[in-house]
Amino acid sequence: MKKKTFVQFLGFFALRVCLYLVLAALLVILFDIGKKGAGTISWEFLSKPPRRGMTEGGIFPAIFGTFLVTIVTAVLAIPLGMFTAIYLNEYARQSRLTRLIRLSIRNLSGVPSIVYGLFGVILFVNILEFGTSILSAGLTLGLMTLPWTITASEEALKTIPNSYREGSLALGATKWQSIRTNVLPYALPGMLTGTVLGLARAAGETAPIMFTGAAFYLPMLPKSLSDQFMALPYHLYIMATQHHDILKVRPLAYGTALVLIVLVLGMNMAAVVIRFRLRRKRRM
Amino acid sequence: MTKNRLRQLKERAVKGFFFTHGILSTLVLLGIFALLLYTAVPAFRDIRVGEFLTTKLWDPTSPLKPVYGILSQIMSTLLVTAGALVIAIPIGVGVAAYLSDVAHWRVREIVKPIVEILAGIPSVVVGFLGIVLVGPFLAKISGQSHGLNALNGSLLLAIMSLPTIISISEDSLSAVPQVYSEASLALAGSRWQTLVRVKIPAALSGIIAAVMLGMGRAIGETMTVLMATGNARSFPTSFFQSVRTMTSNIAIELGEVPYYTTHYYALFAVGLVLFIMTFIVNLIADVVLRKYQEREL
Repeated sequence: MKKKTFVQFLGFFALRVCLYLVLAALLVILFDIGKKGAGTISWEFLSKPPRRGMTEGGIFPAIFGTFLVTIVTAVLAIPLGMFTAIYLNEYARQSRLTRLIRLSIRNLSGVPSIVYGLFGVILFVNILEFGTSILSAGLTLGLMTLPWTITASEEALKTIPNSYREGSLALGATKWQSIRTNVLPYALPGMLTGTVLGLARAAGETAPIMFTGAAFYLPMLPKSLSDQFMALPYHLYIMATQHHDILKVRPLAYGTALVLIVLVLGMNMAAVVIRFRLRRKRRM
Repeated sequence: MTKNRLRQLKERAVKGFFFTHGILSTLVLLGIFALLLYTAVPAFRDIRVGEFLTTKLWDPTSPLKPVYGILSQIMSTLLVTAGALVIAIPIGVGVAAYLSDVAHWRVREIVKPIVEILAGIPSVVVGFLGIVLVGPFLAKISGQSHGLNALNGSLLLAIMSLPTIISISEDSLSAVPQVYSEASLALAGSRWQTLVRVKIPAALSGIIAAVMLGMGRAIGETMTVLMATGNARSFPTSFFQSVRTMTSNIAIELGEVPYYTTHYYALFAVGLVLFIMTFIVNLIADVVLRKYQEREL
């Protein structure tokens, strides 16, 4: 009897240690980058371009480029993802074909980002001749985000009980009317949250944009969608591995990493806040 | 009467609108596979498929005779992934068990979003930490000049696949019917015995699916391994050796390769192998998970 409780004590202790290990890993990551990155952050760092072979100055072009490319990503992935989810969940007959489509979409969300990069190179850069540009990179990221947005939006639509739809249909509303008034308002918080989470992941990705438009260094900001651009994640990669004087620019790399983390986690947080606020509004 | 017709027309237009989008994204997503295949195939005009998969040497720029063999890259990918799973499975399942069975629900509500934060950290940042934190640490304990090796990659990939493993394992542990544990507890089993001998076996398929999804992520991860594993082209023999995975190889060479050459097509062939590997792993996870959820209903 004593032995059994002792084993349990040891077992639960081991599980607790596992949890502490994970939390410690997260703390080390955030603390290291936060501490060493904070010293670099200044108004100049955020608002000025790099100077002197990227050994001084700021990262404004990279912030700006990431912002632009994320907009292109959003323009492709948000409407297409949401409308596809609405079709799959509300209109499509639940046949073997739709199940197959769903299966492929779910599996495409696990395809490595570098494979989307390869795809972007053939389709957007070469075949459609967009060249290495914001447009190519944004569309590549958009395609990568698409399976996530579709899946997340469909999950949100699925949580709406069928009685909501039936109640409205029984009162003589058309299908679209009942979707518009009885389904979408309740599903929208979940759909938006999933979409913003997808965009946050896209904004932090490097592999898909490396060969489709991100540039090592540009003296000027991009003027149109067919220009190359600098991007935060790619800039961090350059500063960490490709720069000719890596140790000298380490503080700049830390600063870039901190800005990138704050941006991506900020978008994650925004997604959670959107869900929370919209839900509360619905309830009142 | 006309109003009714108008309404019908509008309904049909709306349905057509959503249908078009549904078809469009399905076609685009299936097109990815088709186009990848289409661009990889020309590589095999010059390279034999068997040689491609079983040759250790990858030397596409050799002036005498270019050699395209991806066995070293496949083994490197598998080595780094296996290392990551050896670390991540016990810890991940441990945390999941702790959250579902031991922790107070308030602790669970706090810890779950914190673990999600870990999932949100961009891979390039994790790779950066491999260079500035994990690398020097490994160099110190192994006595090597630098710590950019397979073990470094495994440690980082373990951290990256933990959120997936934890959240899906936790879901499947929590979904084990209450009566299972009640039966075990009623037979004087301790909570620990109930967890290890009843709940974990009952949730096993969900846990396997969680591990497969984590594995898929580790196989396909690019930036982290590119930055942290050193990228030497040799055949991997130990964790303290610098390795070059399939993903890093594509990332390193795609920027420099002239378009529409055998080398260019060969990189797409590597991408195709990668695509197929991750697709199979994800498919297994998906099938296991769906079956499990159907049984629940």
